[in-house]
Amino acid sequence: MTQETPQWRPRLKDIANQEELFTSGQRLCAGCPAGSMARMAMHALPRPKNTIVSQATGCLEVASTIYPYTAWRVPWMHSLFENAPANASGIEAAYKARKRQGLEDDIPDLLVFSGDGSGFDIGVQAASGAIERRHNFLYIIYDNHAYQNTGIQRSGATPKYAWTTTSEVGKKEPGKLLWKKPIALVYAAHDPAYCATASVYHWRDFMKKVRKGMEVEGPAVIHVLSPCHRNWRYPEEQGMQMAKLAVETCFHPLWEYEGETRKYILSAPSRVFALKPEKKKPVEEWLELQGRFRHLFRPKRRDDLIADFQRLTDEDWAFIQKLSNMG
Amino acid sequence: MSNMPAKQILMGINGDEAVAYAAKHALVDVCAAYPITPQTIIVEKFAEFVANGEVETEFVRVESEHSALSACLGASAAGARTFTASAANGIELMHEVIFLTSSIRQPVVMAVADRSPSGPINIHGDQTVSLAQRDTGWIMMYCENSQEAYDSTLQAFRIGEHPDVQLPVMTMLDGFVLTHTLENVYLLDETDAHKFVGRREPMMITIDGKQVPLKLDPKTPITIGPLQLFDYYMESKLQHSEAMEKARPVISQINNEWAELTGRKYGDGYLQPFKVNDADAVIVTSGSSAGTARFVTRQLRAQGKKVGLLKLRTFRPFPDKKLAKLLADVPVVGIFERTHTTGSLGGPLFNEIRSALYDHDPRPIILGYYGGLGGRDVTPEHFKSIYKELLKIKDTGKAPRYPIKYITVRK
Repeated sequence: MTQETPQWRPRLKDIANQEELFTSGQRLCAGCPAGSMARMAMHALPRPKNTIVSQATGCLEVASTIYPYTAWRVPWMHSLFENAPANASGIEAAYKARKRQGLEDDIPDLLVFSGDGSGFDIGVQAASGAIERRHNFLYIIYDNHAYQNTGIQRSGATPKYAWTTTSEVGKKEPGKLLWKKPIALVYAAHDPAYCATASVYHWRDFMKKVRKGMEVEGPAVIHVLSPCHRNWRYPEEQGMQMAKLAVETCFHPLWEYEGETRKYILSAPSRVFALKPEKKKPVEEWLELQGRFRHLFRPKRRDDLIADFQRLTDEDWAFIQKLSNMG
Repeated sequence: MSNMPAKQILMGINGDEAVAYAAKHALVDVCAAYPITPQTIIVEKFAEFVANGEVETEFVRVESEHSALSACLGASAAGARTFTASAANGIELMHEVIFLTSSIRQPVVMAVADRSPSGPINIHGDQTVSLAQRDTGWIMMYCENSQEAYDSTLQAFRIGEHPDVQLPVMTMLDGFVLTHTLENVYLLDETDAHKFVGRREPMMITIDGKQVPLKLDPKTPITIGPLQLFDYYMESKLQHSEAMEKARPVISQINNEWAELTGRKYGDGYLQPFKVNDADAVIVTSGSSAGTARFVTRQLRAQGKKVGLLKLRTFRPFPDKKLAKLLADVPVVGIFERTHTTGSLGGPLFNEIRSALYDHDPRPIILGYYGGLGGRDVTPEHFKSIYKELLKIKDTGKAPRYPIKYITVRK
């Protein structure tokens, strides 16, 4: 992906005229941004009529394919929680082998979806292996910060102090005691062809990244933040607002890793905060809107914990600025 | 081997290599494998074919057995003929995917080098792990020798991919006794083998009144592996069961076709009886032990003792009716299994066989023997001692109070 390549720019007018490949009628919760995420991704495909989707177990999977219905107008396969990239490896291998033998005309594009459960925890091995083997696929990890599908258990993506059903808030423990994994950096360290973080709020940025990830030759990974009102405990219509604030507080900086140049690049929505740090919002503004952090504010305000959360956020933010030569 | 209809090549190879040749001859599109401890030589030999350009296969060197079968599953769903091989712990790690592969009806073929499950870590042979897969909905075939490993593996593609069946198939070969031991094996000429296996044709299904292939194909997009809750799950299970029933005649038919082509036949495809008809005592066993038991049976017959052997080749679908027909009139039956089950009255072979005979009156006295665990040698002496015990029971009419025992174990 060199600078000279003309970049695809998603335009709402074009998108409105495109066929929906992820249709309405699926059973995601009202206001769940995962549906918007899937729609945006499908609208950004370079070859929509020649793409296969492999999907890990998760909210998006259970809500979109309740037999005998399906929300997918592309060939779509779900098998297990931890093996979607391995499944995709096989799909690619099948088409490669059969094309070589003259049994297929083309090798379709491959898109893999998983949530943070698979992307951060149980499926890391399969994803790591598939990236190492340089399969040509885009792996989208939509991160909603916990195992929401199974009833809000903590994952490797859950931030510190967040309430989940397995990191309860009690007299002794104030929610989760550990910070989240820098998963996109973990995958970027594999030196894939492309890696990026994204947010469901910054739709144009996300769609451009999906397009890049699909077009680039070799493995690509996008870690996209997708809030969940069932766990985060905000009014269900405010999902996009939550995603926006996560970027504006630099809790979830948006960046890209380009395999060709091996460079980390801050994306525009986050670059502005590197250039004008005064614009960056305190993370508290994001935390206090969410019920999962209520114990940081009520019944007694916990300045120590809020400060700790800010410190961890700032450290991550400083690190990615340094990686992208903006620090 | 005097009447050999097709030209065949005699090679000195071990069971693993025999399976690798079968995969090569089967024109496998995708092979994905991982060398867990214990590893099999099957994929090493296959990697040689890949490196020398002798196959068109896409060989995916995955990072675990879980991913090996997952990749095969994806490849199979995309229309490819797929193959993998593993052993012991690898099969255990795959377990989740083993269930899924049969449930979504993908005819993957997997060779299982039967080696003992870890705990303690052992790596030598017994059939505990493969028999633990008995409820996963795969077709399961046990091989007596390396020749049968080659033959059954090639047959497995035809059986699993049959339009009435569409189920995965496991072929088992005993660790070390077959996997690492040199034998004379007849291989088909590649062209004849190709003619026998053909190409995989995807199963056709009806969606919205249209016939489409059950395949991940952008030309005919379908959803594979959806969520099925209480309203449909049981119907899927029933269909799976029906497919397994439909495999019954196919297994026999392919066994017959193979016999015409090669001159080699494995009973009716399920059971291979040897001197069972008038026997006073019969041993039932599977895998390489059958060879040793047959040797002993022949010896004892020469001494005038009325003993017989029944080799169980196909374990799933289980040949309960065929088995009952052969064994119902036998006075005493001993089931020797190289598997171990705790807290249960006997192992899987013992239980299934005893259950198959339950409706018959009279029915044999049935005893179960555990042996050969962790690669412990199973020798002719062991079968002689089993026969001796069975014949004594026949003469006295007295069955032991507890029908299960270990042989060759130190107290």
